[in-house]
Amino acid sequence: MSGKGVGMTGAYAIFRREFAAYFGQPVAYVVITAYLLICGWFFASTLFLEGQATVRTYFEAAPLLLVFFAPAIAMRLLADEWRSGTMELLITLPVRDMDVVLGKYLAALAVFMVAQGVTLLYPLTAGLLGNVDGGQVVSAYIGMLLLGGTYLAVGLWASAVTASQVVAFILGFFVCFVLFLLGKVVALAPAPLVPLAEAIAVDTHFANLARGVVDSRDVLYFLSLIALCLLGAVSTLEGRKWGSR
Amino acid sequence: MEAFVEAENLTRTYGAVRAVDRVSFQIRKGEVVGLLGPNGAGKTTTMKMLTCFMPPTEGRVRVAGLDVVEHSLEVRRRLGYLPENVPLYDEMGVWEYLDFMARVRGIEASERGRAIRRAVARCGLGAMIGKPVSALSKGYRQRLGLAQAVIHDPDLVILDEPTTGLDPNQIVEIRQLIRQIGSEKTVLLSTHILQEVEAVCDRVLIINDGRIIADGTPAQLHSEFQGAQELSLLIGGAAHDDLSAALGGIAGAERVQVGEPDARNSGVFAASVTSGKDTDLREAIFRLCVQRGWVLLEMHRRVVSLEDIFRKLTVREGA
Repeated sequence: MSGKGVGMTGAYAIFRREFAAYFGQPVAYVVITAYLLICGWFFASTLFLEGQATVRTYFEAAPLLLVFFAPAIAMRLLADEWRSGTMELLITLPVRDMDVVLGKYLAALAVFMVAQGVTLLYPLTAGLLGNVDGGQVVSAYIGMLLLGGTYLAVGLWASAVTASQVVAFILGFFVCFVLFLLGKVVALAPAPLVPLAEAIAVDTHFANLARGVVDSRDVLYFLSLIALCLLGAVSTLEGRKWGSR
Repeated sequence: MEAFVEAENLTRTYGAVRAVDRVSFQIRKGEVVGLLGPNGAGKTTTMKMLTCFMPPTEGRVRVAGLDVVEHSLEVRRRLGYLPENVPLYDEMGVWEYLDFMARVRGIEASERGRAIRRAVARCGLGAMIGKPVSALSKGYRQRLGLAQAVIHDPDLVILDEPTTGLDPNQIVEIRQLIRQIGSEKTVLLSTHILQEVEAVCDRVLIINDGRIIADGTPAQLHSEFQGAQELSLLIGGAAHDDLSAALGGIAGAERVQVGEPDARNSGVFAASVTSGKDTDLREAIFRLCVQRGWVLLEMHRRVVSLEDIFRKLTVREGA
């Protein structure tokens, strides 16, 4: 048995299994299809109803759509392991809790990227029909990836807390929605709180990227939220050591 | 031989409840040890500490000299574990599942196929290899759980209630399988079924209310906890007083009782002889009868079963 490198091997094996599991069950297809349908509607409606070949409406709608879809993708990751009891076996395998979380997270992220990959058709179509700023599209897609990644991390943490996928979804949705909503109500906030709300809200950071401005501060914001949630999930898993589960 | 698993004052508390309370035991390499106790006695909690699922609140466990908290990953690499109720990924296929387990355990690609085939052969899963896990019967699920636990050729195999929920035939098969695994590996299994321990284990740890209350081979436990043993006899062709005196004269006989003569068969007496727990008087009684020309019609020794011991030890006072 190889001593070194087993950690990453474990994370990779978990990633592999998890990614395959998504496509072995109808849930992933349903979620991805629904996501693509709704995204498609936002793109196609501007294209056909307003006669504009633009991906702007799609990028405007995406943050809200992801509030629903990311927790739906992430909800089963750990909750289902708790429910079926496989968690007990999984975390007594020679893998660190971090490897489990990372493997699962990357699998969800990969599923999201598959769905996101299909939406590349929109900017391609728009580019054929009209003028699309390629740099802006790239930047917006980086933004989508970071935003989706953040919501998925939130959903994963929620999934670590409970053995019920439904509870995991609702919890994940709630937190994502608060992060989303903060940006919308920032105008209503009392003046001293505005900078704080803007700093926390997903909207402000995503808006820059959607406009085509890749600012390291925005990227850092998403990455630190992701790290925070993944560490949160790890510490929730470790909670078994002190709790009564 | 040196202890392979060593638990010292192992304690685990859930809030105010002490699920496992200063438990110490040792398991030698190659032993098959049964952790026997009623439900809620602390069996699963003890196993969860051994498998690094949770650390002990106090005390320590070492596997192959490695502390399970300090060297958690190394310990986990060396053991195979089958949790209670056999949790498996139902959406996977049998081969796919074993392949996943082999990968997570870091078995090299070149070795993986061989390791899976070996585990499959060992656990009699050959016919199931192409099936989805969800299609397996309970007995085969158990086999797959065992295959998963031995796929990396671990030194120690930990099985939590490995025969729960199986039908009698499946139980026999799984026990056989466990014995087979036990012939090559150190095995710790938990059960609340006595016959299981007697059928499978070299040694028993009886646990109750989080404490080990007995430790020994099934035979040792028998003799240790057996009280005076009693022989019931039916002897013909003797006189009452004669019989009473002769039985009382046997070395080791502590108490002799001879009943009234049978009304229908004159000269047939029911008698009972009580002796210490390590004294077997059967041969002496036989020789006595031969010598005196008596007819030994019946002789029955009441052996205190492990079941009696188990009940005596684990029934709570006042319950």
